[in-house]
Amino acid sequence: MGLAAGQTVNAARVEAWLWIAQRLSALLLAACVAVHLAVIIYATRQGVSAAAILGRTRGSPVALAFYGTFVAAIAMHVPIGLRAILRESIGWSGARLELATIALAVLLLALGLRAIGGLV
Amino acid sequence: MSGPGFAHRNPVRAQPGYLGFLIHRVSGLALALFLPVHFWALGLALDGEARFDAFLAWTQNPVLKLVETVLVILLAVHLAGGLRVLAIEFLPWHRRQKAAVAISAGFGVAMGLIFLLNA
Amino acid sequence: MQDTAPRDASGVLAVEIWRGGTDGGFARYEVPRRANQTVLDVVTHVQRQIDPTLAYRFACRVGMCGSCAMTVNGRPRWTCRTHVSKVAADGRLAVAPLANLPVVRDLVVDMAPFFDKWARAEGRFIPPQEPQSDFAVVKPASAKRRAADAGIECIGCAVCYAACDIVGWLPDYLGPAALNRAWTLVNDVRDAGRDRRLAAVAGDAGCHACHSQQGCVSHCPKQLNPTESIAGLKRATAWASLRGKL
Repeated sequence: MGLAAGQTVNAARVEAWLWIAQRLSALLLAACVAVHLAVIIYATRQGVSAAAILGRTRGSPVALAFYGTFVAAIAMHVPIGLRAILRESIGWSGARLELATIALAVLLLALGLRAIGGLV
Repeated sequence: MSGPGFAHRNPVRAQPGYLGFLIHRVSGLALALFLPVHFWALGLALDGEARFDAFLAWTQNPVLKLVETVLVILLAVHLAGGLRVLAIEFLPWHRRQKAAVAISAGFGVAMGLIFLLNA
Repeated sequence: MQDTAPRDASGVLAVEIWRGGTDGGFARYEVPRRANQTVLDVVTHVQRQIDPTLAYRFACRVGMCGSCAMTVNGRPRWTCRTHVSKVAADGRLAVAPLANLPVVRDLVVDMAPFFDKWARAEGRFIPPQEPQSDFAVVKPASAKRRAADAGIECIGCAVCYAACDIVGWLPDYLGPAALNRAWTLVNDVRDAGRDRRLAAVAGDAGCHACHSQQGCVSHCPKQLNPTESIAGLKRATAWASLRGKL
């Protein structure tokens, strides 16, 4: 990805795969975010407390599966979106752009999994 | 933008497709910046229920409620705007692009209001 | 829109016209108002009657050749089919060269980058290697023929190219017209260059750079829909890459 040599050869393939990843993760996120919005509104009604939140999530395989999917989709979707902004608005390209994209994906995945570790 | 074509204020962008794009990009960027904070805050549960609870209690002040409402709007707007983009790319073309932008923006504001009324 | 200039329009129109290169500026001219006057008529009057050094480009004057596009009151338009009464409702008319292309002089831009991108997008018919024994039968009602028809009337005026934000941000971006042309060829069942063309339009300067702002759609004088064509290319290149053909 984004190697200096052969970059033009691979660029078409990289862009096509990033587009597929972005749209697939968008479909997953559409479902996840809809559920998340419903949970947010339900949870605020019930009152926000650690006991209430952890009571819903601790030891729940459903919560683990849902938030696991959510975090994975986020780690895929967000860096691709930020990559477009870095390219179009800041003018990054080449290895710097691809490394930043991968670093963002790793960062979001690590932070997201850590959060799941706290909740479930 | 530079060059003589843009010497005047750019009316080329005065159309719903550009507004929809702008809303989607700004909401996406804001959510991306918020996510690490969100994950960090949820990770406080690792330090024990008491620490997590103290943080959650702190978020109950009116200023943060307002920030949360804005975040709910951004999330809902990005969801609806994303469905709009998927419709453009995967469904047969529909002429009511202006309505699509208006509906996605309206959905975001509606979700924000529902959140605020329950908060 | 309110037609403030009736058919027997008279009086004088104050028009601003861009003079010089990229770092030039607007000059003011007074042009007699005429019935059914087009923006091209105004520019022609200035060049023939006031200042013969004014450089501009036109050929057919009837909306076929695509050579007279200019920026009119901030928007790219085909000037031969743009009535002054429609765009100068408030009495103001400013004519500048197209955006996103190098200015040669006055109202003339260098169209080379625009047409070079058509070539880069493999925007030409590629016949099969082996001779064909019979005529290709393309049913007018078939989905592919209809998809090709939808984009085929492009006159290459570069109005969409000047209206595109992405071209402004990513100068290498192929742009709406070249990609629209590629999509018509992807739907041409006689064409043998599909894989090559999809690889050409899928790069980081290709269809995936488009964010569907639809500046092209709202400005195309032929009412074509490059955004829809580009969406088609995104799907086609995705399938091609899934099948390992990209």
